[in-house]
Amino acid sequence: MKKTVITVVGQDTVGIIAGVCTYLADNKVNILNISQTIVDGYFNMMMITDTNNSLQPFDVLAEGLEKVGLEIGVVIKMQHEDIFKSMHRV
Amino acid sequence: MINLFEVRETNKMIQENNLDVRTITMGINLLDCCGADVDQVCNKIFDKITSYAKDLVKVGDDIEKEFGVPIVNKRISVTPISLVGTSCCKSKEDFVKIAHTLDDAAKKVGVNFLGGYSAVVSKGMTPSERLLIESIPQALSQTERVCSSVNVGSTKTGIDMNAVKMLGEIILQTAEYTKEQDSLGCAKLVIFCNAPDDNPFMAGAFHGVSEGDAIINVGVSGPGVVKSALEEVRGKDFEVLCETIKKTAFKVTRVGQLVAREASKRLGIPFGIIDLSLAPTPAVGDSVAEILEEIGLERVGAPGTTAALALLNDQVKKGGIMASSYVGGLSGAFIPVSEDRGMIEAAEMGALTLEKLEAMTCVCSVGLDMIAIPGDTKASSISGIIADEMAIGMINQKTTAVRLIPVIGKKVGDTVEFGGLLGYAPVMPVNQYGCDALIDRGGRIPAPIHSFKN
Repeated sequence: MKKTVITVVGQDTVGIIAGVCTYLADNKVNILNISQTIVDGYFNMMMITDTNNSLQPFDVLAEGLEKVGLEIGVVIKMQHEDIFKSMHRV
Repeated sequence: MINLFEVRETNKMIQENNLDVRTITMGINLLDCCGADVDQVCNKIFDKITSYAKDLVKVGDDIEKEFGVPIVNKRISVTPISLVGTSCCKSKEDFVKIAHTLDDAAKKVGVNFLGGYSAVVSKGMTPSERLLIESIPQALSQTERVCSSVNVGSTKTGIDMNAVKMLGEIILQTAEYTKEQDSLGCAKLVIFCNAPDDNPFMAGAFHGVSEGDAIINVGVSGPGVVKSALEEVRGKDFEVLCETIKKTAFKVTRVGQLVAREASKRLGIPFGIIDLSLAPTPAVGDSVAEILEEIGLERVGAPGTTAALALLNDQVKKGGIMASSYVGGLSGAFIPVSEDRGMIEAAEMGALTLEKLEAMTCVCSVGLDMIAIPGDTKASSISGIIADEMAIGMINQKTTAVRLIPVIGKKVGDTVEFGGLLGYAPVMPVNQYGCDALIDRGGRIPAPIHSFKN
């Protein structure tokens, strides 16, 4: 299974998780793990997801998430898990 | 499982510290394009490059999107054209024809540079290699994306001083032919000693004869990441300093390894090597000079610069070597003047001189790179500078290179604008005393002794 990491960074506000999760549910992306914290008033969230059953290809999903981010006022990035694994795991 | 801290660290490197993969370079063998008729050879070259590399740019862009790491350049290197043209090129114009074909192929597949308009003449030159070298000024002034290199020496063979003499004149001619663009042609011409066969970086990349039919080589970068990591350990001793550089280099290289493997898989072409180089750009926070200053220099060029650079280069290799299964190419810190904001500033204020740059090249890759000199510099003086740099490479068993730009119509203190990744540079002074008698001797410098190292 190819896992995808979604990061959300921005000013804390109501409905960030709801907005992201709704978009993911609509596109059949399964959420495996969520961790979230507030650093210096900034909302930081990371989701590990499984996009294998998604209706959309990777780049369309990533663009859609970017748009969701723009609407909420946060920056959303979607990346394959491999870049983090290769950098931080020997 | 990956945690939030690690994800933030990686993304901070990309977003704030300019972490990127500098280049995916596809090496393509063109020896099977040889033939007796130059037009037919050109057709075969065009067909082979455009079929092998047709997806190169797309695959690079896809990987960039999926992993979220910028892949700045997609490039191609080919077999030295002096070899490909041996059978069919009877004149300089025939070689220039091939240069145009290479340029057209590069444009068709969308790569910004294609290297390999090259000759390897470390001991002597064949008639076709001589023709290719003579055609360089025309080729570089009439094409946009073709890069040229000439290897004039090696530790095993010594230095071909006839070629060194010739290239002093060729560099000046190239400058003259491209004087309307601040002699930009010279930025696409590198003179090497001990040139590697698998270098992915331009302008010196070519696909050496020791390589297979096609290969994917990747150059990583990340001066900004190293600089930022070193800011955290300001004032700490050398052990801490070195550990920090090693760890950072490891992380940067792992990204390169991932991208290389992925590109190789998607393109169906074997993975060659990762080039562990710190390659700067003129962007703010992407400078090797700034790392040296973070290590403790007031300005790059100050006493201590060579030691700081030696340390940096060595730790980058130590950290990077374990992160990749195959390391090759140039693998070292690059110190191109015009492409590094810290270098430019130091040169402008007189902290950094040509002589200090030469000393720095003894301990790092790759050589006197992207240095603007006055347009009225004598050809013999340029040859002298090349000879000095080649001697450093020959004796120290390392790759060294010279990419000088004698800017026609400009004098010391003027600024030259090359644009884009090539940056801008102040024209630096060259020693006014001549070396004509040395260069006029002709012949070659013998290979050095391999024992009694002092």
